[in-house]
Amino acid sequence: MANFAKSNVPQFSVEVYQNEYLPEGGREVNAIVTVTSTGGGTTGGVPLSGAGVTPARASGQAPRAAVVIMVDCSGSMDYPPTKMRNARDATAAAIDTLRDGTSFAVVGGTHVAKEVYPGNGRLAVADARTKAQAKEALRALGAGGGTAIGTWLRLADRLLGAADVDIRHGILLTDGRNEHEAPEDLRAALDSCAGRFTCDARGVGTDWEVKEVTAIASALLGTADIVADPAGLAADFTRMMENAMGKEVADVALRLWTPVGVEIKFVKQVAPTVVDLTGRRTGAGPRAGDYPTGSWGDESRDYHVCVQVPQAGIGQEMLASRVSLILPDPSGGAPQTLSQGLVRAVWTEDMAASTSINPQVAHYTGQAELAQVIQQGLDARKSGDFDGATAKLGRAVQLASASGNEDTAKLLSKVVDVVDAATGTVRLKAKVADADEMTLETRSTKTVRVKK
Amino acid sequence: MSQKPQGTALSNCPGCEEPLEPGDLFCGACGYDLSAVPAAPQDHPTIALNVPAESGTEAGAAEVRFDRRDTSDEPAEPGGPAGSGGSAGSGAPGESGDFELAAPAPPAAAPASAPDPRTPAAEPLAATPPAGTRVCVACRAGSVDTDGYCENCGHAQPRERDHMEQELGSVAAVSDRGLRHHRNEDSFAVSTTALPDGSWAVVAIVCDGVSSASRPDEASAAAASAANEALLESLPRGIHPQQAMHEAILAAAEAVNALAQEPGRAMEHERHRHQNAPACTLVGSVVADGLLVVGWVGDSRVYWVPDDRANPPARLTEDDSWAAQMVAAGLMNEAEAYADERAHAITGWLGADAYELEPHTASFKPDRSGLVVVCTDGLWNYAESAAEMAAAVPADAHQRPLHGAQVLVGHALDGGGHDNVTVALLPFAVEPQGAGSACGTP
Repeated sequence: MANFAKSNVPQFSVEVYQNEYLPEGGREVNAIVTVTSTGGGTTGGVPLSGAGVTPARASGQAPRAAVVIMVDCSGSMDYPPTKMRNARDATAAAIDTLRDGTSFAVVGGTHVAKEVYPGNGRLAVADARTKAQAKEALRALGAGGGTAIGTWLRLADRLLGAADVDIRHGILLTDGRNEHEAPEDLRAALDSCAGRFTCDARGVGTDWEVKEVTAIASALLGTADIVADPAGLAADFTRMMENAMGKEVADVALRLWTPVGVEIKFVKQVAPTVVDLTGRRTGAGPRAGDYPTGSWGDESRDYHVCVQVPQAGIGQEMLASRVSLILPDPSGGAPQTLSQGLVRAVWTEDMAASTSINPQVAHYTGQAELAQVIQQGLDARKSGDFDGATAKLGRAVQLASASGNEDTAKLLSKVVDVVDAATGTVRLKAKVADADEMTLETRSTKTVRVKK
Repeated sequence: MSQKPQGTALSNCPGCEEPLEPGDLFCGACGYDLSAVPAAPQDHPTIALNVPAESGTEAGAAEVRFDRRDTSDEPAEPGGPAGSGGSAGSGAPGESGDFELAAPAPPAAAPASAPDPRTPAAEPLAATPPAGTRVCVACRAGSVDTDGYCENCGHAQPRERDHMEQELGSVAAVSDRGLRHHRNEDSFAVSTTALPDGSWAVVAIVCDGVSSASRPDEASAAAASAANEALLESLPRGIHPQQAMHEAILAAAEAVNALAQEPGRAMEHERHRHQNAPACTLVGSVVADGLLVVGWVGDSRVYWVPDDRANPPARLTEDDSWAAQMVAAGLMNEAEAYADERAHAITGWLGADAYELEPHTASFKPDRSGLVVVCTDGLWNYAESAAEMAAAVPADAHQRPLHGAQVLVGHALDGGGHDNVTVALLPFAVEPQGAGSACGTP
């Protein structure tokens, strides 16, 4: 029986953390907006362990979802041959994780995209029979050909677009560079797919381009990661699929309303990863704009909003921004406001108040800088600027250590020898494994939350 | 009987509800052109009575105006809250004057501020925009959202507590946000009550929220109202006013302490601050039975300004402050101490984190008429010495206490208005032969 007591749509809450006090002449207002959705099915990126993780719920109640798995079948997947075998196994594991009733398809990607299953230009509906058929079809997957990821995404988009579902998601696996189409082609494909489905991207091995994979995930509001050892693919695919199955609502937008004269300096997602959303604004009526956040399960994310307000005298107070979460009506009606919070500005001559920095803002400003200096440090290292690399990565070590970002600190320690974390004194390692460097780069945007 | 913000539309701007000053041509907050509304008739909206009110009138029941008090030929004023009114010591010209008493109103109506006869009256109501279409006071273009901000320019709209006035019989108080603070964290309460012998007691309480603590505005409001209520309860039972004041301060402290236990009421925007227990100062004065009683904790003050300015004015309270302690210890002179940036650090306050509550009370028996000025440091920062304060008090303040309080707030605003400003004025009148001098125990 359907349980009508539980809403299908998760509850969203918005909390704003800021120091609203500005000194005389102060114009920049920073706020961390924490958005939490509860009532959905996943644990917000925290991997669930064990079997039976799919939330126990009446099948009629689950949001209708569609997933397309894109597997790299280029020639390089045969070197070593375990790569192709592991990719096949991982895809099979992901198919096993599909909730019955979910629409799905498997696409094999080379310099062209090919439907592997079901192959009739549509999606299959998951049940014991179709899952078995899909796994059977995977045996036919062979390696050979080039890599043109844009074509894979466009095919996935066609398949997902034809389905009448709430959640559209892709899982993309590649092992090499996108060599058989121009970067503009991939860019154009991402632009046309953005907002139509979300997509997680994974690079297997160490011959792929980190920036390509992270760009796909960031454009399509999914996660990016490295699976250096192909043997780890199955576990990773299972986790990604569980996560996708837990999504409850798609196309949630963060709407920012700002008064006349207020300028938006940036809008970034800062947890669980840093994603700059500033340029992804779409207008939504007078003085309001929407920033895409993709689909949501049970999870919490933090956003850093920075606006510049007009000058005002001591003792004045104004609303700098109203932040709300918007769920568009699929039938084209008025969008639904899920929750909202206020960002304020108050001018004071109390220096103690105006000079204090909100701990959340300080923390995420540090986390964003951490991601940036890792990128810059690794770029400098690649270009042979070892002094620059040492300075940047030293700063990264310092930031990671001060903010308690242990995962990143651990990854950094594989690239540099840490002499003193507190001061950021490091030496570049003479020899660094490709996998370690790529892991650090891929995961550089991962943040931790404020220590409570 | 806690204070109410001035609610009479008569003296508020028709555009934004900001209280107006007499003689304003434009609203100070929104610039509303007041010349567009017809001028009010200059007669007083009170009913002149030749017969003083009966002493049996209920406490606070009558709105009394001493617009031309003086009356050396008036034999007895049994009912006036100011006690025996006119005297030789009063500085007003010796013409015959009358009390003007408002028509007795039901007690419930009493706390509302008296309509100010000097401001454009009644008619502006007609110009008020229809309900539900509040226009932003800052940009005059946007309408005001339900959360109190303009939907066009985002500016916060004036709040009730930004400016409050109250006049009750002979006592009046005005509180203002000032020019540099974004909210008013001061609070006050004024009231009158009858003693067991039928004579009147007048009460004024002024509190200043401690900005570095959380919810200072709630602390000051709770303290003022609790102290006032305690006095209204104990004075009619015949408790000595000084004892009553002591107990009232304890009651106020308890009310502020209780705020600290209320969980989760902290405003969103205050979370970044260290969560200190809500705290405030308190100063109060009771005029009853020929006595002038003051009580205080913190650095809010009481000044005594004799009606006859030939007599010296005095400060009746000793601050619980760093500066006062420095002076008392002989480590600095007053000028040095108050010039120091630590001058205002208070050493005593009401609040759960107060080290040890030491309510100070003092009782005086003035031998001449005068005005009791009860105020926060938002005022006395601009008139620190008793002489400066006396110079700032208008000569007719004992006759028009509300006007006097407005002038004093104006004095602070003219000086820069760096803090919230709150002042209550209580006229104190004695018979000419009234003997005795100060017998206090500060």
